[in-house]
Amino acid sequence: MKALAARRHHRSAPVVLLLLALLVTGGLYAALVPSSAGAAEATARDIEYGSELFQANCATCHGMNAEGTQDAPSLIGVGAASVDFQVSTGRMPMEANGPQALAKPPQLTDEQVAALAAYVASLGYGPAIPTAEQVDPAEGDPANGMQLFRTNCAMCHNAVGAGGALSEGKFAPALWDSTPTVIYEAMVTGPQAMPVFNDANLTPEEKRDVISYILAQRDGSPGGIELGALGPVSEGMWAWIVGIGLLVACSVWIGAKSS
Amino acid sequence: MTTTIERGAAAGADYLDQRTGIGAAVKSFARKVFPDHWSFLLGEVALYSFVVLLISGVFLTLFFVPSMAEIHYEGPWAAMQGVEMSEAYASTLRLSFEVRGGLLMRQVHHWAALIFMASIVTHMMRVFFTGAFRKPRELNWLVGFVLMILGLAAGFSGYSLPDDVLSGNGLRITDGVVRAIPIIGSYLSYFIFGGEFPGQDLIPRLFTVHVLLVPALILALIVVHLLMVVIHKHTQYPGSGRTDQNVVGFPLFPVYVAKAGGFFFIVFGVIALMAATMQINPVWNYGPFDPSIVSAGAQPDWYMLFLEGSLRLMPGAGTEWVIGGYTLSLNVLIPAVVIPGILFSLLALYPFVEAFVTRDTGEHHVLDRPRNRPFRTAFGVAVLTAFFVLLVAGANDLIAAHFYMSLNDLTRIFRVLFFVAPVVAFILTKRICLSLQRKDRELVLHGHETGRIVRFAHGEYIEVHRPLDEHERWLRVAYEPEHPLEIAPPVDSRGVRRKGYRLDKVRQRMSQAFFEDRIEPVTPAELAAAHSHGAHDELEGGSHVASPRELEGSAPGGGRTIAEPADGSTPDARNR
Amino acid sequence: MTDHNSSTDLTPRGGGDGRLPARFTDPGHAPHKLRRADVDPDANKRAERQVVLLFGVSILGTIGFLVAYALVRPGETIGSMRLSNLLLGLGLFLGMFGIGAAAVHWAKTLMNDHEVSQERHTLISSPETRAAAVQDLKDGAADSSIGRRGVLKGAMVSALALAPLSIAVPLIGEVGEDWDISKFGRTIWAKGVRLAQDPSGRPIRAAEVTIGSAFHVIPDNLEEFEHPLDEKAKAIVLMVRMDPRDLKEAPGREGWSYEGIVAYSKVCTHVGCPVALYEQQTHHLLCPCHQSTFDLADGAKVVFGPANRPLPQLPISVDDEGYLVAQSDFLEPVGPSYWERLK
Repeated sequence: MKALAARRHHRSAPVVLLLLALLVTGGLYAALVPSSAGAAEATARDIEYGSELFQANCATCHGMNAEGTQDAPSLIGVGAASVDFQVSTGRMPMEANGPQALAKPPQLTDEQVAALAAYVASLGYGPAIPTAEQVDPAEGDPANGMQLFRTNCAMCHNAVGAGGALSEGKFAPALWDSTPTVIYEAMVTGPQAMPVFNDANLTPEEKRDVISYILAQRDGSPGGIELGALGPVSEGMWAWIVGIGLLVACSVWIGAKSS
Repeated sequence: MTTTIERGAAAGADYLDQRTGIGAAVKSFARKVFPDHWSFLLGEVALYSFVVLLISGVFLTLFFVPSMAEIHYEGPWAAMQGVEMSEAYASTLRLSFEVRGGLLMRQVHHWAALIFMASIVTHMMRVFFTGAFRKPRELNWLVGFVLMILGLAAGFSGYSLPDDVLSGNGLRITDGVVRAIPIIGSYLSYFIFGGEFPGQDLIPRLFTVHVLLVPALILALIVVHLLMVVIHKHTQYPGSGRTDQNVVGFPLFPVYVAKAGGFFFIVFGVIALMAATMQINPVWNYGPFDPSIVSAGAQPDWYMLFLEGSLRLMPGAGTEWVIGGYTLSLNVLIPAVVIPGILFSLLALYPFVEAFVTRDTGEHHVLDRPRNRPFRTAFGVAVLTAFFVLLVAGANDLIAAHFYMSLNDLTRIFRVLFFVAPVVAFILTKRICLSLQRKDRELVLHGHETGRIVRFAHGEYIEVHRPLDEHERWLRVAYEPEHPLEIAPPVDSRGVRRKGYRLDKVRQRMSQAFFEDRIEPVTPAELAAAHSHGAHDELEGGSHVASPRELEGSAPGGGRTIAEPADGSTPDARNR
Repeated sequence: MTDHNSSTDLTPRGGGDGRLPARFTDPGHAPHKLRRADVDPDANKRAERQVVLLFGVSILGTIGFLVAYALVRPGETIGSMRLSNLLLGLGLFLGMFGIGAAAVHWAKTLMNDHEVSQERHTLISSPETRAAAVQDLKDGAADSSIGRRGVLKGAMVSALALAPLSIAVPLIGEVGEDWDISKFGRTIWAKGVRLAQDPSGRPIRAAEVTIGSAFHVIPDNLEEFEHPLDEKAKAIVLMVRMDPRDLKEAPGREGWSYEGIVAYSKVCTHVGCPVALYEQQTHHLLCPCHQSTFDLADGAKVVFGPANRPLPQLPISVDDEGYLVAQSDFLEPVGPSYWERLK
C-alpha cells in the first residue's frame, strides 16, 4: 500500500481512478447481465484468483487494471474468448516484442486460464468462450464451411489452413493444431492482424460450418503425401528433388560402365 | 522353332521391303553408332515424359468435360455437396474420386508435365555448357528453344483446365498482363476470353489449345529435333580417340534399343511412383473458380514461377505512365514482358552471338569441357542465377511464412539480388573455371599426388608423384583455347577507310570479353621442362607472351617433385 | 604416340629433328576393359538371372495392378481413395520400372560393350551437287517463264495473300464476342444497390459492421444478371470498419464512407487478383499474388509492391431500413490498367 500511497499524486492518478470507477461500474454491469461473457458462471473466487494472476503475469504491459499502456492494448471489453485464445495458445504472456505474438506451450494451467478469463470478462462486456456444442464439428456442414472459409479465410490461412505470410513479418498461422474452441475464439475476437468476424458477418452456425471444414482437412486427402499442402511451389521443388533426382541417378547408372 | 521364326521374319521383311524399300533405311540405321554418357539421357527424359503425357492425356480426355456450364456437385466428396461449379471442375472431381485409376492418371499427367519442363531445362543446360549448340547444330538449338516455349504453353493451358480457384487466378493474372500491352492489349484480352474475363469460352478454347494445337506442334518439332540428331550424328565428350571426324560409341541395335527403350519404362516407372505416393494439384482443396476468392500461396507451377517472381519484385511507384490520355503500365510490362523477353532472347540467340565473336566456321562434334570455356560457362550460370532469383522471389511469401522473415524485407533483398547475384555468379564461375584449368595443367605437369613421402640421403623430403597416362593427359590438353580476335586496321595501306571496320571493332571488343582471361593447355615442351628439374620455371616465364593478362599456370612454389612410373592400375575416373 | 607403352614415358617424344611438337597428339582409343561377365561364366549366369528376375518383378507389378483394380475400389472415404491410388500406382511403377531396369541391365552386362568408331561426313553438299541443284531451279524457273510475266506474278501473289482472309476475318471478327471494351469501365453497382455478403447474398446493415470487421461484399442484385461470374469479377468489394479517427479522407470523398465504414474494389489495380488480406491493426490490405499493399485508412494508397494506383472506392451510404447501399457505380474503371483506361 506504501507504493500506492506514494503514487497518489502521480499525474496519471486521476486517470487510473477514473478507470477504476469505470471498471467497477463495468464489473457490476457484467455481474448483472446474466448472458454476458460467461461471467455468470464465474464465481467471485475465480475472479479474485484471476485478478491475482493478472497482476502477476499481465499487468506489466496491459496496466494494473487492464486499462492498457503504450506497449499493449486495453483489455476492458475484450471478453473471455480473447483471454482464452491468447493465453491457452501460449501467445500471452508474450515472450519478446516481435511483429506478432507467437504460439508456444501455454504458461498457465487450464484452471488459471479460466480464472484469468473470468477476471477479464468481469471488466467489461465481450465475447464469451463458446460452448462445446457451438464448436462441435460434427454438427457443422463442411460444404457450406468450405465456401465461407474460401471467401473469408483462405486468402491468409491457405486453402486448407496451412498458413501464409502477411506484411512486415506478420503471418497467418497454420490451423492444423488449433482446437475448435480456439478457432471460434479467433473468429469472434479478431486477434492481432486478423479481422473480427462478428455474429452478423459469420453467424454462430456458419462459424461451426467453418470449423467443421477446417477439421475435415486434417484427415488429408487422396493422392499420397501432401507435401505441406502448400501448392505448386512445393510440388515443383519435389519434382526436381525426387523426379529429376531419381532420373539423373538412373541415367548415371545407365551411362556407367558395368564392372 | 528358331528357324520357323526366322523364316517368318524374313518373309515379313521381304514383303515390307518390296513395297517400301525399307532395307536401305535399316541398313544405314540399325548399326548407327551413338556415344554413351549419362548426360545424353536428359533429352530422352524430356522425350519419354512427353510420351507419358500423351498416354495419360488420352486417358484424361475421355473423362474430362471442357465446359463452363454451371452445375451442382453430387458425389462422394463431402466438402463439395451441392456446391455450384463448372462442368470442367465437376468432371475433374469425378475423374479423381470415382473413376478407378483416374486420380493416378491425373497425378501421372501432372508430375510428368513438371518433369517434362524440368528435363527440358536440364537438357538445355547440358547442351549449353558443353557447347553442343555450335555449328552445325545452331538450328537444332532453336528448334529445342521453341520446344521449350511450346512446353510452357502446354503446361499453362493444361494447368488452367480444371477451372479451380488457383488456376483461375493464374488466368486472371494473365488477363492483367495482356491488358497492359499497349494499344492492342484490351482487344487481345477479348480475343483470348471471348469477351470479358472470365467469360464462357475460355475452358473449351484452352482445351483445344492443350489437346490439339500445342501437342501437334510439339510432336512435329520433336520429329524435326530428332531427325536433325540423326543427320548430324550425336556429339561426343572429348577423350582419346574421339575427334570431329568420327563418332565413338555403341550401335543403335541392340545396345541403344535396350538402353534407351528401357529408359522409357524407367521414366514411366519413376513418374508412376511419384503419382502413387505424392499428391499433386489437389483441386478439391482450392474449390471451383470464383473471381472473388484467392488463397495464400497463390502460385503457378514451377516453370512459370519466374514470371510470378518478376511481377512481385517490380516496384510500382512511378511506373504507370499516362501518355496523351493513354495508360502505359510499365509496372506490368517490364517484369512480365521485357525481362522474360531479354532472358529468353539471350538464350535463343547465344549460339549466333558466340559464332559472331569467334568467327568460327568449322563443324564441332567433340564437346567442350565447361571449364575450358570460362566465359560461356560463367555467362550461362549468370543467366540461370537471374532465373533462379526470380523463381525464389516467386515463393517469397512461403519463405517468409516458414522462416519467420519479413515479406517486405525479402522482396527488397531479392530486388537487389536480381542485379547483383548474376554478376557475382559470373565472376565466381569464371574464377572457378580458370582454377580448374590450372589444376588440370598442374596435374599434367606434375602428375597425381601419391601421398608417399621420400627422404633423400642429403635430408630433403619429397613427395612422389605419379605421372598421368597418355589418355588422362590427352583429356586435359586436347582443347584449343580461343584468343581475342585481331582485326585489320581502320584504314588500308593507301589510307582509305575500310568497310566493316566498326563491326569488326565490336567483334573485337566482345572477343576480348570472351577470351581475354584464359589458360593455355600444357605443351609437350612445357611437360618436358617440368620433368627436367628446376628448368621449367624459366621456361614458363618465357612462354607467356601472347597477352599481358594471360594467367599463370605454374605449380605453386615451383617445388621439386619426383615422378614414379604409372602402372595403369588406377586410371583417373575423369578420363571418360 | 600411338603405341600404348608410351604411357610410361616421362617426356613426350619429339619429331625426328629432336625438337618437340607444339601440341600433344591424340593417343587413340584407350584399351578395352573386360567386364566380370565377360571373363567369369558364373558372373555371366548371375547377370542373366538378375535380368530374368527384373522382368519377373514387372510381371508381378502388372498382375498386382490388375488385382488392385479389381479388388480395391476408390469408394467413398479418403482412406479408400488413397489406398486405391497407392496400390494402382505401385503396381504401375513396378510394371514399368521392372522392364526398364531389366533391359538396361541386360544391355550393360550381357551385350557386347566394345566401342565402335564410325566416320562422320561434313554436311555440306559437294560443289557439283550444288551447281546441279542451282541449275535445276534455274531451269524450272525458266520453264515457268515467271520472270517474264510480271502481271501473272502479281496476280498470283495477290491471290495467295488474300485467300487466308476468308478464314482470318470471321475468326477475328467472332472470337472476341462484341469487342466492346468499354465494358471494362462499368460494373453493376448503381445508386441504391445494397451491399450483400459474399457468398450468401445476405444484405448488410451498417450496425452489424463492428470496428475491426472485414466483409467480403457483392451487389445484392448479382444473380439477376445473365453471366453473374463476369459481373462478379468486376463488382467484388471489400468493406471494413475502422475507428473514424483513423480514417483520412481525401477532399471530395468526405461523403463516401459511413461512420468509419469504407468499401473498396477487391480487384487489384496491378494485374487483377482479389486483394483480400486485411490486417485490421494497420488497416493494410495485402494482395496474396504479388504483395501489393494498400492502406485502407488513407484512400487505399499503395504502400508497397508492384501496384501503382489506389484501389477504386465505392461510395456508400445507408438506406431507410439501415442497410448499406452504393451511392453510385465506381467513378473509375476497376482492376488492372489498360491502354484506354482514361478514355
